[in-house]
Amino acid sequence: MIYLDHNATTPLDRRVLDAMTPYLTEQWGNSSSPYRFGNQARIALENARARVAACIGAAADEIVFCASGTEADNLAVRGVAAALRERGNHIVTSSVEHHAVLHTCRALEAEGYRVTYLPVDRDGLVDIEELERNLTPGTILVSVMHANNETGVLQPVGEIARIARERGIVFHSDAVQTAGKLPGMLCHTGADLLSFSAHKFYGPKGVGALYVRRGTPLLARITGGPHEHGLRAGTENVPGIVGLAAALALAVESAGTEAPGSARLRDRFESLVLQTIPGARINGNGAPRVANTSNLSFDAVDGESIVLGLDLSGICISTGSACSTGDPEPSHVLLAMGLSPKEAQGSVRVSLGRHTVAAEIDAAASALERTVARLRAISSL
Amino acid sequence: MDNPDEGMEQPDFPGPILFYNEEVIDHFTNPRNVGELTEAETDGYGLVGDPSCGDQMKLWIQVRQNRIEKIAFKSFGCPGAIATSSMLTELAQGKPVEEAKSITDDDVVEALGGIPERKKHCSLLGVMALQAAIRDWESRGSAGGGSQQ
Repeated sequence: MIYLDHNATTPLDRRVLDAMTPYLTEQWGNSSSPYRFGNQARIALENARARVAACIGAAADEIVFCASGTEADNLAVRGVAAALRERGNHIVTSSVEHHAVLHTCRALEAEGYRVTYLPVDRDGLVDIEELERNLTPGTILVSVMHANNETGVLQPVGEIARIARERGIVFHSDAVQTAGKLPGMLCHTGADLLSFSAHKFYGPKGVGALYVRRGTPLLARITGGPHEHGLRAGTENVPGIVGLAAALALAVESAGTEAPGSARLRDRFESLVLQTIPGARINGNGAPRVANTSNLSFDAVDGESIVLGLDLSGICISTGSACSTGDPEPSHVLLAMGLSPKEAQGSVRVSLGRHTVAAEIDAAASALERTVARLRAISSL
Repeated sequence: MDNPDEGMEQPDFPGPILFYNEEVIDHFTNPRNVGELTEAETDGYGLVGDPSCGDQMKLWIQVRQNRIEKIAFKSFGCPGAIATSSMLTELAQGKPVEEAKSITDDDVVEALGGIPERKKHCSLLGVMALQAAIRDWESRGSAGGGSQQ
């Protein structure tokens, strides 16, 4: 199998599993228990918190663990909305967010909040001037993702953070596709809240984290015990959290060397595709992108048919977000970038990983060429 | 360690996974009757689109003695659309027009041994294209005698 869908998920790193194993076996105590056995779990939890904080340039008390990137997004968006309800009801986000933010904003609209969905240009970038024009005294939150999960396009989050800070507006960024992928500390983006998810960087599934800058107004969305500074109730998933910390440390350590290698392979893949498939287009290639992601459009063929064609050759790619597989609607991200529904329907996402090698890239490009040619021969368009 | 999922049937649940059976995959990989009929060969032509998913299908028939002598299709769409279109042409090929008219989307799905629930609407496209082609043939006024132009 050739796996080229690392934006959906990544394999668990063996070293991460080794770090987790003691907490799945002997050290199964509850980190809130009042005896030494529980305290051992507490120590592991707090060490993991400090480790994550060090990886992103935060303080340990600014890290809140939860069960997924989606939950971190929900806590950030709903938590700020609830905390600042008295101050205003306006939220600004982008039209290309992951559904974890987009559908959460739609749900808040039903609760009486007003949401502005910023348009993006042909390359998928939000327009900073448009953002500024839409900020009002009632704006309480700006939420714009760091890198898009479908295209890899990096938003100008530093610029957005500066604008939000000047106006005293909280800024959240979904960093699920950048954590562990970009060299440098995530906190240097200047965001007040950052979401990430362990399984996107070779950690376990079912664990995520939210960075909460000190002083950021936020209310818990899951209530119960006093866990996670009162921001997320529920017995902590100690093995998962230990795994998240170990995986992030490994990813951050190697990001500086992995990202350029990944970019070289991605560029090789894209130039092969452009050379061999007439009319192929790369979406978002005029914008800065994370190194591992390529989003391609082909005329007159359906993305899901391409995905199945490659699957039958043992190659895993996707039509976009794994979270919307099987949704007959074309990608909201590509539509927002100005692609027609037909162009969006003929699009696939290829996302490389730490272990991807040139031979796999070549095999995928050649399978893609064969599959697109075959489907075009069948196509009625 | 034993894998508790080993040997389990793929459940037909409304989750994100789209699982196609061998028959569907075969019709997707080797679709039958793909292509176009020339204008001289064509007695009926249908073009239909599915507004819900953007799929499109073109279908040509040649009718001899009120029987579908030749059938060909081209399809833009998901694997479900391609496979159901292909199976539809197999079901219609050689059938008297009156019989072909009564082929339903359920017949196509059944012949394929089932398709995922959320892909069932795809099977309508082929049936609609065939009916459009038959209506076209009827409107050409050759119904009843068979065309021998």
